[in-house]
Amino acid sequence: MFNKNKYSFLSIARNALSHHENWQKTWKSPEPKKNYDAIIVGGGGHGLTTAYYLAKNHGINNIAVIEKGWIGGGNTGRNTTIIRSNYLWDQSAALYEHALKLWEGMSQELNYNVMFSQRGVLNVAHNLHDVRELKRRWHANRLNDIDCEWLDTKKVKEFCPIINTSPNIRYPVLGATLQRRAGTARHDAVAWGYARGADEMGVDIIQNCEVTGINVKNGNVTGIETTKGTINSNKIGIAAAGHTSVIANMAGIKLPLESKPLQALVSEPVKPVIDTVVMSNTIHAYVSQSDKGELVIGAGTDGYTSYTQRGGFNIVEDTLMAIVELFPIFSRMKMLRHWGGIVDICPDASPIISKTHINGLYFNCGWGTGGFKATPGSGWVFAHTIANDQAHELNAPFTINRFSSGELVDEHGAAAVAH
Amino acid sequence: MFLINCPYCGERDQAEFSCGGEAHIARPKNPPELSDDQWAEYLFLRKNEKGVHYERWNHEYGCRQWFNLARNTATDEILAIYKMGEAPPKLKANIPATPSGEPSIGSGNSSTSKKDRF
Repeated sequence: MFNKNKYSFLSIARNALSHHENWQKTWKSPEPKKNYDAIIVGGGGHGLTTAYYLAKNHGINNIAVIEKGWIGGGNTGRNTTIIRSNYLWDQSAALYEHALKLWEGMSQELNYNVMFSQRGVLNVAHNLHDVRELKRRWHANRLNDIDCEWLDTKKVKEFCPIINTSPNIRYPVLGATLQRRAGTARHDAVAWGYARGADEMGVDIIQNCEVTGINVKNGNVTGIETTKGTINSNKIGIAAAGHTSVIANMAGIKLPLESKPLQALVSEPVKPVIDTVVMSNTIHAYVSQSDKGELVIGAGTDGYTSYTQRGGFNIVEDTLMAIVELFPIFSRMKMLRHWGGIVDICPDASPIISKTHINGLYFNCGWGTGGFKATPGSGWVFAHTIANDQAHELNAPFTINRFSSGELVDEHGAAAVAH
Repeated sequence: MFLINCPYCGERDQAEFSCGGEAHIARPKNPPELSDDQWAEYLFLRKNEKGVHYERWNHEYGCRQWFNLARNTATDEILAIYKMGEAPPKLKANIPATPSGEPSIGSGNSSTSKKDRF
């Protein structure tokens, strides 16, 4: 069947005839209806994929995605776009690997180029402890059928020639793990692509609409109060990242989360110089190069709770010191832009994708500093949880109850850089 | 980054300090009688307030003393500093408008000067 909204070579040619002035809107922005079968709070990657998979996998199309800002303006458009699945524990490895497999087919599925580039991710070791820890993770990954290799110093240099492998630096490169299927993607394209896909299946994407209250009656959720009025639904999924605690508070739920600013920065654009992603936990640095040529650099979180979407300069300074030691070639690069996003961190650095004691109220939060890589997988399992009122087998270990039972999934090591 | 007025040393760069998280969480007096949920509450659950947040700070690269601090987490404005063992002062904070009714500068990024407040 001919779909005139499909992006293709023909659609470019057709739109060229009208000087590209008649492209269709990527999604409608309707006023909210009074009732929905499900409401997703948060129009970031996780919220949009949840709506998309609710419609696609579970046949629930009457959905609203409520976003207080604009699509692609939150953490989805603020992260450093790294995608990988080399986590230590079986539970996380399964979840992130499921996401990575979805990334591999995403552009085709969405008919939207998310520029997914499997350029490999290096996790660098600088001391004996790092070597042991990373080798342990390498073996754990292989047992979970996740591709991972160990590179010694010489091979690291071959794979990424600009890295400083001198034995005389403060934290020498002693080796690295490499996941070749890992890489990067264009982060806001992911939000736009899923928003467009969800919109096509009938999902209402409502921007500039802030949630101000959650209505609960006799232990059942009945709807939300927003700046655009009351919207009713008996299934509400919260995917509000750094502001999850604020929303949870409206329903009287206390979560094991702390919200902190996480910063990133990009340099002036230069010719291709680094064709992979390099991450170092010990000295806290990670860097890749965007298709525009900018170096994309991730800094750490600040050590205190804050919602200010900016962070301390000392954090940026620490990261750049590490980057310059590892890549002396970057020492004269000028940084162009610098920003922060608010991340919700769980005590065990693993997410919460869970039901709550209020019927029909679900939370997808606690992704902390590394939620982007999980975007499609997160939506997939959260949609399953909302549709069936029961966790998918992949997110069954990631309930709120694990903080009472003690079954924590401690991924502080595999969160790749210590935050 | 901001300046913190250490009650023992005076105003110093924030990089000299480290935050010890939410203040006034008392260790339960009767540990053996606590249920798992009560332990979870004590160990893991946090207010994570957007607004006035009472927290502990340590002047790590200075006098190494601990003290309490009340801060508006929406603006990072420091509202009060008081010593360990003192009761937290009752405070109110202005939460800046969020992106839907956002000020000219980014979400939460309003300065602490009076004319820019909401």
